[in-house]
Amino acid sequence: MTPPPVLAPPLPLAIRLVIFSRLLAIQGSWNYEILLGNGIGFCVEPALRQLPGGKGGPAYREALARECRYFNAHPYMAAIAVGALARAETDGVDPDRIERFRTACCGPLGSVGDRLVWAAWLPFCSLLALAAFGFGGSPLLVIALFLGIYNAGHLALRVWGLRAGWQHGLRVASALGRPLLRQSPQYVTQVSAVLAGIAIPLAMDRIVGPGRGLFGVVVLGVAVGGWIIVRLHGRAEGWRIALVALAGFVLFSISVSR
Amino acid sequence: MIDILDLIPLMLLGAILGLDVVSFPQAMISRPLVAATLAGAVVGQPMSGLLIGAALELISLETLPIGASRYPEWGSAAVVGGAIFAIHEGAPAGAMAVAVVGALATGWIGGWTMVLLRRLNAVWARRHRQSLESGNYRTVVGLQIFGLTADLMRGAALTAIALVVLSPLSLAVVGLWGTDARIARAAVVGIAATVAVAAVWKLYHLTPGARWLFLGGLVVGMLLLVLT
Repeated sequence: MTPPPVLAPPLPLAIRLVIFSRLLAIQGSWNYEILLGNGIGFCVEPALRQLPGGKGGPAYREALARECRYFNAHPYMAAIAVGALARAETDGVDPDRIERFRTACCGPLGSVGDRLVWAAWLPFCSLLALAAFGFGGSPLLVIALFLGIYNAGHLALRVWGLRAGWQHGLRVASALGRPLLRQSPQYVTQVSAVLAGIAIPLAMDRIVGPGRGLFGVVVLGVAVGGWIIVRLHGRAEGWRIALVALAGFVLFSISVSR
Repeated sequence: MIDILDLIPLMLLGAILGLDVVSFPQAMISRPLVAATLAGAVVGQPMSGLLIGAALELISLETLPIGASRYPEWGSAAVVGGAIFAIHEGAPAGAMAVAVVGALATGWIGGWTMVLLRRLNAVWARRHRQSLESGNYRTVVGLQIFGLTADLMRGAALTAIALVVLSPLSLAVVGLWGTDARIARAAVVGIAATVAVAAVWKLYHLTPGARWLFLGGLVVGMLLLVLT
């Protein structure tokens, strides 16, 4: 039988605000050894001051040391782990359970975040801004549209994550099963696919500028070139191909002037 | 050429936007569309910045900043690209191609400096392991501040060096340019859009119906171009 959910005591507003502001710098000391570990400890730390003995006490130091160990997650989704770990530590949960939770949640928090944010939300916002640019949007409009929409989602995710983590504690896995997190990447990518079809030619047209004499040739070249890059199956990254091709074109353009 | 009065704000901009890529606050102010436009605005040409930003944004669509993967550092790179394009008044032939090459090269080196920074952070964390394992507050905060400061300085140095080297070089290359202006711009757009189309395929080809949705969007996009 599932035990009844325990109501979380409210996290004081001042501590919540400090944790949230620290979440924005959670990757400040990202490295190849403990990855996000120190960032997690840095974010959870304000809540640990509530432990018996206060800041610097034995319970505080043990908990802080535990939270600074190896950890990996998507930076926005790490808010869930921070909330859950803060709750677990202040509730005095057994350290072994906390350690198991830390190990278990790395994978899901990474994969859900990568699919939702990096592979869906960010490209969607980029394509929306490129479409606005293609429709003739001013610099201010294009930037405001991109940053406004992207960060509405970004900040909402961090705020929700921290709250959900604190409310559910180590049982937060259920929050990851929400339909919004599971299904929205697919809907966002479907909308993005339509948007890409509209945005790319419009953006190309605006960058090329007046006179579309070469536009047909460019579109044909894009179709052929895109097909070739796709057939390479990731053996060469697009930006490297672009760098080599453009550098070659620059050298050619200098050589023909002589 | 970029003078010292422009170089200092551009260096600061490159530092802040370089920091945004990973360390703080990851609000995507470092995306090329934003970063290049801001750099153009600093030089007094926001529209030039937006144009180069759009070309770089198309190329950057394929970059997913996932965990420990290596990718170009677009923040400082786009500042360099936006500034270089903006200093060529009237956007002469070749200016866009040179600016994009400069931005991509800076992004490439920037990605490498990010790897070095992560190694440096690891060395620093290893050096303070004992203190970290004893739950020392000052060590935890110190590691964060060290990483953030180092990343800020990395972005500033990268932007300043790239601008000092590439700004006169770009003027020289544009002076020697021998290809027609329309062809030059079409080549840049064509290559950028090629990478974008491949990125869209990579991102969406497993999504149900995405191929048809993309083709539907493409028809609408092309119709809009014909009608306008």
